[in-house]
Amino acid sequence: MNTIKKLLGYVWMLLAPCIILFLVYEAYDKISKATAATQSNVILQWVIILLIFTPICIGFFIFGAYASKGEYD
Amino acid sequence: MSQENKQNNIAFVIGASSVGTLIEWYDFYIFGMLATIISKQFFPANAGTAALLSTLAIFAAGFIVRPFGALVFGRLGDLIGRKHTFLLTLIIMGGSTFAIGLVPGYATIGWAAPILVLILRLLQGLALGGEYGGAATYVAEHAPAGQRGFWTSWIQTTATLGLFLALGIIILIRTNQGVEKFSAEWGGWRYPFWISILLVGVSVLIRMRMSESPMFSKLKTEGKTSTNPLKESFGHKANFKMVLLALFGAVMGQGVVWYTGQFYAQSFIETVCKVEFVQSRNIMLIAILMATPCFVLFGWLSDKVGRKWIMLIGMLAAVFTYRPIYKEFINITSAANRTKIVDARLTNTMTSYPIYDTKDKTKMYLKHEADTTYFDGSVFKYYRTDTIILKAPRDEARPITLINPDMIQYSSPKPNLVVEKTLGHAAYWDMIWLVFIQIVYVTMVYGPIAAFLVEMFPTKIRYTSMSLPYHIGNGVFGGLVPFLGTLIVEFTKTSSNPTGDSLAGLWYPIGVASICFIIGLLYLTNKIDKNVMD
Repeated sequence: MNTIKKLLGYVWMLLAPCIILFLVYEAYDKISKATAATQSNVILQWVIILLIFTPICIGFFIFGAYASKGEYD
Repeated sequence: MSQENKQNNIAFVIGASSVGTLIEWYDFYIFGMLATIISKQFFPANAGTAALLSTLAIFAAGFIVRPFGALVFGRLGDLIGRKHTFLLTLIIMGGSTFAIGLVPGYATIGWAAPILVLILRLLQGLALGGEYGGAATYVAEHAPAGQRGFWTSWIQTTATLGLFLALGIIILIRTNQGVEKFSAEWGGWRYPFWISILLVGVSVLIRMRMSESPMFSKLKTEGKTSTNPLKESFGHKANFKMVLLALFGAVMGQGVVWYTGQFYAQSFIETVCKVEFVQSRNIMLIAILMATPCFVLFGWLSDKVGRKWIMLIGMLAAVFTYRPIYKEFINITSAANRTKIVDARLTNTMTSYPIYDTKDKTKMYLKHEADTTYFDGSVFKYYRTDTIILKAPRDEARPITLINPDMIQYSSPKPNLVVEKTLGHAAYWDMIWLVFIQIVYVTMVYGPIAAFLVEMFPTKIRYTSMSLPYHIGNGVFGGLVPFLGTLIVEFTKTSSNPTGDSLAGLWYPIGVASICFIIGLLYLTNKIDKNVMD
């Protein structure tokens, strides 16, 4: 069980930057597709989402790092 | 203290804490439920900056401010005590809610209106961020060792009952006043905000009579309270790793299950299934009322079998059944699965009438209404509005029916279509049971969580340590369910399928709950910490 916990720790560490990259890509895509009337609102929404999720993903990465070092064994 | 006195004391603690927390939830929900009217009253139409302020007011308070409130008031609660801190959050919440009801509309005071509303809404978010952790900690620190799950589950009912109270009061006032009077600048939509001050007043009086948590008092007497709760909570690895585990192994899954069951379901029933306004809310109200006792049931059960498995089974059930449940919502409300009554006395096959634009004499609308009645008692109303532009201003003396087709310059190619479904008895109850099942999942993940979080952290930094993961899990992961769900449905829209896959939005809560389930399964312990005095 402890080996699975440690191995999954690496998965969480990998997943965290992937989520950030996915969100950045989606933000760029949605902002570029927004109409002039809605653009400022769409930018604001995505800035909020990125500002919130980036530290959460960093936390997820740290969680993965702890797990991979056996801190939760 | 005798056994009977102890029971009376804990019952008073629960009652006083729960009433306050319930009112805070009520205050927070009414803003969201009345968001459409609020944006019309306080924000000018079609203005970019106003739309930004509106978005900030509704979006930011739920997502950004709540975790900050958790940090600010959590720290305060670990420094000066639980009682005074959550008394303060209650006053801030009640005061700002009441004040929102007093702010004149944009038509009267201009830009000051949206700015004031934004500030007050942010205060609401801050107060909510500080309230829950305080109430849960306070109750848990009073509860006997083997009954912590049972007693704290009463606090858990308040979030759902707050929603119930807010929905009930709004429907009551709206039904009595009528839509027009309710939506006016100083109309009935302000009453729920004003009512808050009465509820808060009573709750403050009750909370003033409460004493400080015995565990915190003991720490204070011994001089063992934390001097820097933020540093001790998040700066020390031993505690920080537990904060991360609480968030990713329990609270983020709980947050999405909660918001899907109570908020996404309502939005789906109204916007995708097109169930009529009052009936869709009644479906939610009845299901919530029926499922609420399960909070206490699962809280009590968690004292016997541990917190972990109840929460994880709730998450797993949600992962596997959300898509079938929402598919069934669509089936139940579909016209294809019904038999029409072809009777001219019951079915309004088509009524058409023109509506003149009062300002633009070259513009008019043609509104068509058609009702279809079904054998199961359901009535589906279809409204179609065509916009017609005339080549020259119309002659007001001439009846609309005599408008020469040659005068029409343009007819909108995409008419506005609205469907409103009132379900028959059997379909109505099928919908209620499906919502009820989802709320039971909510009670499974949410009922034991307060006891679970309290047992994870030491007394001197408990308020801070448990409040932050709770509000990230609920405010961020949960609060974003409606927004991200709608966004995912947008991804699936193509030119060949313009409506997209209406079930695709469920992948967000299913994905988050799945990851949370795996983390919880592997990394959480099911051990109940009997001694939370550490």
